[in-house]
Amino acid sequence: MTAIINYGVGNLFSLRSSFAAISEEAVVTGDRDVLASADRVVLPGVGAFSDAAAKLREAGLFSYLRELAEGGKPLLGICLGMQLLFHHSMEYGRHEGLALIPGEVLPLEGRIPAELDIPHMGWNSLRFVKKSPLFDGIEEGAYVYFVHSYAASSCGEALVADAEYGLRITAAVQEGNVFGTQFHPEKSGDTGLRILKNFCGISNKAC
Amino acid sequence: MITKRIIPCLDVRDGRVVKGVNFEGLRDVSSPVELGKYYSDAGADELVFYDITASHEGRELFTEVLREVASQIFIPLTVGGGIRSVSDFERVLRCGADKVSVNSGAIQNPGLIDEAARKYGNQCVVLSIDAKRVDGHFHVFQNGGRIDTGRDLFEWVREGVERGAGEIVLNSIDTDGVKTGFDLEMLKAVNEIVKVPVIASGGAGSIGDFIHLFREIPGISAGLAASIFHFGEVLISDLKRDLLASGVPVRI
Repeated sequence: MTAIINYGVGNLFSLRSSFAAISEEAVVTGDRDVLASADRVVLPGVGAFSDAAAKLREAGLFSYLRELAEGGKPLLGICLGMQLLFHHSMEYGRHEGLALIPGEVLPLEGRIPAELDIPHMGWNSLRFVKKSPLFDGIEEGAYVYFVHSYAASSCGEALVADAEYGLRITAAVQEGNVFGTQFHPEKSGDTGLRILKNFCGISNKAC
Repeated sequence: MITKRIIPCLDVRDGRVVKGVNFEGLRDVSSPVELGKYYSDAGADELVFYDITASHEGRELFTEVLREVASQIFIPLTVGGGIRSVSDFERVLRCGADKVSVNSGAIQNPGLIDEAARKYGNQCVVLSIDAKRVDGHFHVFQNGGRIDTGRDLFEWVREGVERGAGEIVLNSIDTDGVKTGFDLEMLKAVNEIVKVPVIASGGAGSIGDFIHLFREIPGISAGLAASIFHFGEVLISDLKRDLLASGVPVRI
């Protein structure tokens, strides 16, 4: 069973429907016991980094998620959920993240050519930097749906895929059992569903 | 590389698509789920569902249908029509919409943009604008393009983006329904003054019109159309193939 973390951030309807579409059991929950018993955990999120981090703390899940991930439970952060996996974000000041993956989150503004729109919104193609089970069966150049104004940087060895948008945008990361996608697999058609299916095939390292 | 988006817009009344006609292989062209799937399979990059229902019952039917669409189609969905409050946002987001488009509701209460952007994020708020030339100036119209607000288009675009709109849909009343091409003059002028994506609407009559749009205004993010897709005059698969052949980046 996959637990989709509900901490009052973002729209979970599509994510839940996506798991249903690939016949994988998923529950939306903020309950620690349910999270503990889940085979894997998805951390969604849209909006501002600091709000989301604060809500995760209020829900009593900030350090708990870290414990779960460090215990080997597969974790997938999506969009802002991925950004939360890094050490910190510079969105409206400096804010601490979960520090499960090396790197920081920086604004696109000022780092991409002025003629490009912000947010980076729409379908962009993936370039794979290294192999990850998340992308099994997915071809280089596959299109996925992005919508974001901040992006992760300096991820080092954790960088799995990027996308071209005036600079090489961090599209996906992996550090052991912790995964993140800047794009929305639940909005990326069949490619996205395959990525979620791949995530469901990843087992707990501690098992 | 980021691709140009092709977005069909479906008008829905009482939970049924208005204007859908004779599609090969489609049992029921007025079913939003079937038509939405058809478009998604054909390569549509997003879908817009526009609720033109006036009654409360119709609204209920719409949200039911939206829920069904969103549970079966995994591309971005925008919902518009009759959005006047944050609770309207809540109603459609809860049923699976990803973005909500506001028009007259935001003209009457511009604070709605700020409120919704704060609550759901800028990426969720699409400002849809109907505009038309009046005495050599672009004016903003409301109520489906029937009433001239007297407002200057550029001022309203700037204000909307400052308040938190994450995307602009610009519909030119001058070219809408004429099918002789998008309003390049109006689109170019608006695209130059904002940083957020601008979606062109109104006037597409052929594949050539889309090619022309993206070539003439490389900064335009997407093209939206309704009737030419619904009446089968332009197939999205053909459109994308021709765009690609013309050097316009699209997702195939």
